[in-house]
Amino acid sequence: MAVQDGTGLIGGRLGLRPAAAWRGGGILVLLAAAAVFPLVFTNPLVTTIGVDTMIFVGAASAWNIFSGYSGYISLAHAVFFGCGAYTAAIASNDWQLNGNVVFATLPLAGVIAAGVAVPFGLVTLRVRRHTFLVVTIAIFFIFQLMAYNFSFTGGTSGLSAPFLNWLPQSYNNPFYYLALAIAVATFALSWLIRRSRFGLQLRAIRDDEGRTRSLGVPAMRVKLSALVISAFVIGMLGALWFYFIAQVLPESGFDPAFDLSIALMAFLGGLGTVAGPVLGALIIEPAQQYLTQQFPNAFLSQIALGAVFLAVIALMPRGLIPTVAERITSWRAKRSNRVPADADVAGPGKAVPAAEPGPAADASARENSR
Amino acid sequence: MTALLRVEHVSKSFGGVHALDGCTVEVDEGTITGLIGPNGSGKTTLFNVITGYERVDSGDVFMGGTKITNAPAQRAFSLGIGRTFQLTRIFPRLTVMENMLLAAHHRSRGQGQAGSRTRNPLARAGGTADRRHAMELLEFTGIAGYATALAGTLSYGQRKLLELSYVLAAEPVIVLLDEPAGGVNPSLVNHISGRIREMNRQGTTFLVVEHNMEFVMGLCDAVTVLDYGTVVATGPPEIIRNDPRVLDAYLGMAEEDDDASRE
Repeated sequence: MAVQDGTGLIGGRLGLRPAAAWRGGGILVLLAAAAVFPLVFTNPLVTTIGVDTMIFVGAASAWNIFSGYSGYISLAHAVFFGCGAYTAAIASNDWQLNGNVVFATLPLAGVIAAGVAVPFGLVTLRVRRHTFLVVTIAIFFIFQLMAYNFSFTGGTSGLSAPFLNWLPQSYNNPFYYLALAIAVATFALSWLIRRSRFGLQLRAIRDDEGRTRSLGVPAMRVKLSALVISAFVIGMLGALWFYFIAQVLPESGFDPAFDLSIALMAFLGGLGTVAGPVLGALIIEPAQQYLTQQFPNAFLSQIALGAVFLAVIALMPRGLIPTVAERITSWRAKRSNRVPADADVAGPGKAVPAAEPGPAADASARENSR
Repeated sequence: MTALLRVEHVSKSFGGVHALDGCTVEVDEGTITGLIGPNGSGKTTLFNVITGYERVDSGDVFMGGTKITNAPAQRAFSLGIGRTFQLTRIFPRLTVMENMLLAAHHRSRGQGQAGSRTRNPLARAGGTADRRHAMELLEFTGIAGYATALAGTLSYGQRKLLELSYVLAAEPVIVLLDEPAGGVNPSLVNHISGRIREMNRQGTTFLVVEHNMEFVMGLCDAVTVLDYGTVVATGPPEIIRNDPRVLDAYLGMAEEDDDASRE
């Protein structure tokens, strides 16, 4: 069967397989590099950047599963991050957890964040596009306000994590590998979802929700499922981050910069692509952390973040991956002088001339006119 | 014989405008029925009412004996009413094949491995059978060469063909076409009408709104004429073509004036 739905416009047999091999190889190399990273760079200042980066790789990827695929741009995923962090904080304090066992609260944090996502989604997903975005911002601030004012969240002084009695030299490593594991799992999930029927429905909603609905797709359920999945992942990451930082405050758990960062990472890499948010996070987070460490008082990292945002919007609104992929495709097309691919697709049965790229519809129309 | 699709005394107003005014239309199974009328006569509103995009003020809609008045769009669809839009609605950032698979997943006549398709939500979109079927349809409409292209890169006429293809992928019982020939070059118009006729031969019923008279008169078994939201005339094309009420609705001239000026 020559039926493919690869991203290349020339879906020829020759075009896709090496591309898939390249892709697989690239992922393996990246994975290997990520796995040995804390063994090569043992400086805690560097591994701290590593942990933060992995948290953002997972978070941007999870955000993209909802916002990237469905087109509903959420600026409130810090709600789920904060809920996860506070869940871990409250659980480990109340149950007096200590040592490795604290990480057992990660799934719980995910479940709580996912639980918050249900009413959140049922309210916000009734409106679309810009209205949705504005409503999510409003809800985000409601959550931050609640964290400031409730007693069980510790108010303005927040909550602290139990002391983890680990060697300072390798203290970051368990956090790094957990974050890496979550990031890899999220990436795999994102890939599975994108090619699945569920992902197809999400992307159809992005293009034309009314029409999708009329084709029998239960749009609300599809959107809500994606939101809950991304909230679950981000809730777990919030809990992990809490143990890493050892403290959560209303302004750090529910941080507007978190929302902007993950959105920017996805935009930079390519909104709605599988690899885009990962690439964006791998570029932006280390850069930002590096700038913060080098110029602690200069807000340079924030200025740089803003500048990158503007540059992305102005220069390549679709993001790195789609833009580069298009360049490669057109370059290949030029090189191979546009040999028509898929000339072998004529299927069984129908006595209609197989269409070829080019003015095919018109040609076959002429043949079919009475 | 009862009609497959029946609209009974349906009225629908937008503010003070009576878009439909006690409109009764029947579409017999296995026919290609044309729906014509001047701009603003209520053709698209009638489509919207049937397919669940607008609610009626009064009257009823029946599909194969089932009352579907004010049913939501997905219910109309699940009962086998497919529809294309005057301003073509495709999914521009999905590939042509993905457009097809999206609709094929919700086939109204539910064929084959429906069960296995729905069980695992993360299974790859579109099984082999779905893809083959989609490819056959794309070959049938003549845009198979674009299967892997993004639908947004298609030309206007090709988009019309894609919308028709994916509506057919859902295997509807009846297809409502809103100006399938509008803004399309003449050779493609012939192609489209050829495809419609072929699908009709295989058992699909069509209700077609179209301004292109040649297209309607050449294609349809029966034609219904709307004016000011009511049916002015209905019958076979050759009779409709010469019906004075139809000429009046389109050209707005009264018979007497016409006769008088000739004498």
